[in-house]
Amino acid sequence: MASRLDRSPLAQLTLARFREFLREKEAVFWTFVFPVLLAVGLGVAFRNRGPDVVAIGVAAGADAGRLAAALGHAEGVRALVLPSDAVDDALRKGRVALVVASRPDGLHYRFDPTRPESRLARLAADEALAPLAGRPLPPPARIERVTAPGARYIDFLIPGLIAFNLLGTGLWGVGFALVRMRTGKLLKRFLATPMRKSEFLFSFILARLSFLVLEVGSLLLFARYAFDVRVHGSIAAVFAVAILGAMVFSGIGLLVASRARTQEAVMGLMNVVSLPMWILSGVFFSAEHFPAIMQPLIRALPLTAVVDALRAIMNDGATLAAVAGPVTIALAWGVASFAAALAIFRWR
Amino acid sequence: MLETTIAPPGVESAVRCRGLVKRYGELVAVDGIDLDVRVGECFGLLGPNGAGKTTTVEILEGLLERDGGDVRLFGLSWDHDERALRERIGIQLQETQLPEKLTVEETIRLFRSFFRRGREVDEILEAVQLTEKRKTWVSRLSGGQKQRLSVACALVGAPDLLFLDEPTTGLDPQSRRALWELVEAYRAGGGTVVLTTHYMEEAERLCDRVGIMDRGRIIALGSPQELIASLDAEHIIEFSLPEGASLPPREELLALAGVTALHQRDGTVQLVVREPHAALPALLDALGRHGTGLADLRTHHATLEDVFVAHTGRQLRDG
Ligand SMILES: Nc1ncnc2c1ncn2[C@@H]1O[C@H](COP(=O)(O)OP(=O)(O)O)[C@@H](O)[C@H]1O
Ligand SMILES: [Mg+2]
Repeated sequence: MASRLDRSPLAQLTLARFREFLREKEAVFWTFVFPVLLAVGLGVAFRNRGPDVVAIGVAAGADAGRLAAALGHAEGVRALVLPSDAVDDALRKGRVALVVASRPDGLHYRFDPTRPESRLARLAADEALAPLAGRPLPPPARIERVTAPGARYIDFLIPGLIAFNLLGTGLWGVGFALVRMRTGKLLKRFLATPMRKSEFLFSFILARLSFLVLEVGSLLLFARYAFDVRVHGSIAAVFAVAILGAMVFSGIGLLVASRARTQEAVMGLMNVVSLPMWILSGVFFSAEHFPAIMQPLIRALPLTAVVDALRAIMNDGATLAAVAGPVTIALAWGVASFAAALAIFRWR
Repeated sequence: MLETTIAPPGVESAVRCRGLVKRYGELVAVDGIDLDVRVGECFGLLGPNGAGKTTTVEILEGLLERDGGDVRLFGLSWDHDERALRERIGIQLQETQLPEKLTVEETIRLFRSFFRRGREVDEILEAVQLTEKRKTWVSRLSGGQKQRLSVACALVGAPDLLFLDEPTTGLDPQSRRALWELVEAYRAGGGTVVLTTHYMEEAERLCDRVGIMDRGRIIALGSPQELIASLDAEHIIEFSLPEGASLPPREELLALAGVTALHQRDGTVQLVVREPHAALPALLDALGRHGTGLADLRTHHATLEDVFVAHTGRQLRDG
């Protein structure tokens, strides 16, 4: 006998979305496996090592031994004596960050000021060689060394990856799936039944919301156990923002799918939408690096808004009220994209 | 051309349309079509590719905007009674890719959920002979099985009217027969069918009445028997001459005993004749007088194909 579930179009449409997704190996890979691989790859590449050691070269000469010994005693410095014809080559290839030479008129420094480690080396050399010049620097009154969870690259990365993944699943799971239905005349076939369009679209939203729990949950759990990434704010707030993000990106997926007649067309649109945001929105590195003039534009992007809100909640323990700014921006994108998509959607 | 048969009063029309027009830019895809399909009837639109069959049925199905004319199904119009109509009709589109990774059973259950009333999933599976395949993904079905599933999705709402657009195109003979039986079983339950096809055997076997369509118009309308009888001769003699030989004058051939029409195409000549046993010897005589031999000679009972040729001078399958 047919159950209530069998007779509910919304339940059947949502189930169909579920089944099609779970039976598509590629979709499962990109949604669940790929973000974890990305987290592992980037987490390992940028793991926090011990403090960097800078290499300082000493040009061979009368004083070379004394200078090298003084530099070698300094913290975080490795000193090597170089024959004078090897100095330029060693600098150019980055084998040393700075070369010190003793000359009749005093010490000569040779380095590239545009390289951060050269500037670091210069400071280290100043400090290490000061006693030789007879004017020791006063030691700092206090030194604090801080490597706290929440400040590591992986802590920065995980909220970015969650938002990045929500964008991808919104575009593929809604946008691409809808266009495939249109090109296969399936949309038209559904319209030939008494099915309600609203229930059809709502089934996409329901399916996205259900997958979101798995998508976000799996990444959070993985990050917690593999990298000890902790959520400093409330988990509920993280999911609230993730739900908002999923809705916003579903709306954008619906919008890119609203007119496209071919799969190539929708894939082009998806790239146009997602590429700039992957680059600008601070998923993999801080968006603060971009020039100040671009910042208002970057802040206005939906992916930036979701990334910022998630990062504030997860890393700084912010409350939902504290991220009202980015949440409002995301909300505006969601409402606008749904409204625009429904107004121009091509059903046949 | 035969006159449109107007439904007698008291008999409800399942489909009634007047002056249907659809244009695509310069092209007039449907050029003023009138149709009446009676309840319980199987009506076929027969015509070559590009004749306008799909365009016509999609307008009747309320899936395509028309540029002119009026459509009523069971006296209801798409403009005012869309939902009520959707509950009552079943549609199989010319090409639909059903979700590949759903099983047969899941697909039917999905379509069933859209209708308020309808048939049970098991019953439909049985009717389209897909019970053994119920757990199989759509992507793993054969062409014939896919087509039966497509019809199953059209039947699942227990429709009063079933539209089938080229249901057997591309199927092997066995799958074609299985589909024909499916349509006949549906009709046995009192259902009305509108189908399109470019196979004359299909129209002759399934349809009570056929509209022959060409270039957006219905050029002949009636039961297959009526249409064939309208040729005024029920047999066809088809022959071709050896290369280089020339045909006796048209008038001479048309004057032969029992010959009512002559069509010529690509070196093949068709004579429409009343009695082959009278026409054949006369033809051979005439060819003999002109000293022309034969490369090939065949005779057959006239078919709907010959009706199409008689009206257009072209073959159905040429498109
Ligand atoms: N969307 C369309 N745009 C332009 N021309 C079309 C469109 N659909 C159909 N046609 C043209 O209309 C004519 C009738 O097509 P159709 O109804 O599909 O014929 P049939 O189903 O008999 O093969 C054809 O010439 C076809 O090329
Ligand atoms: Mg067609």
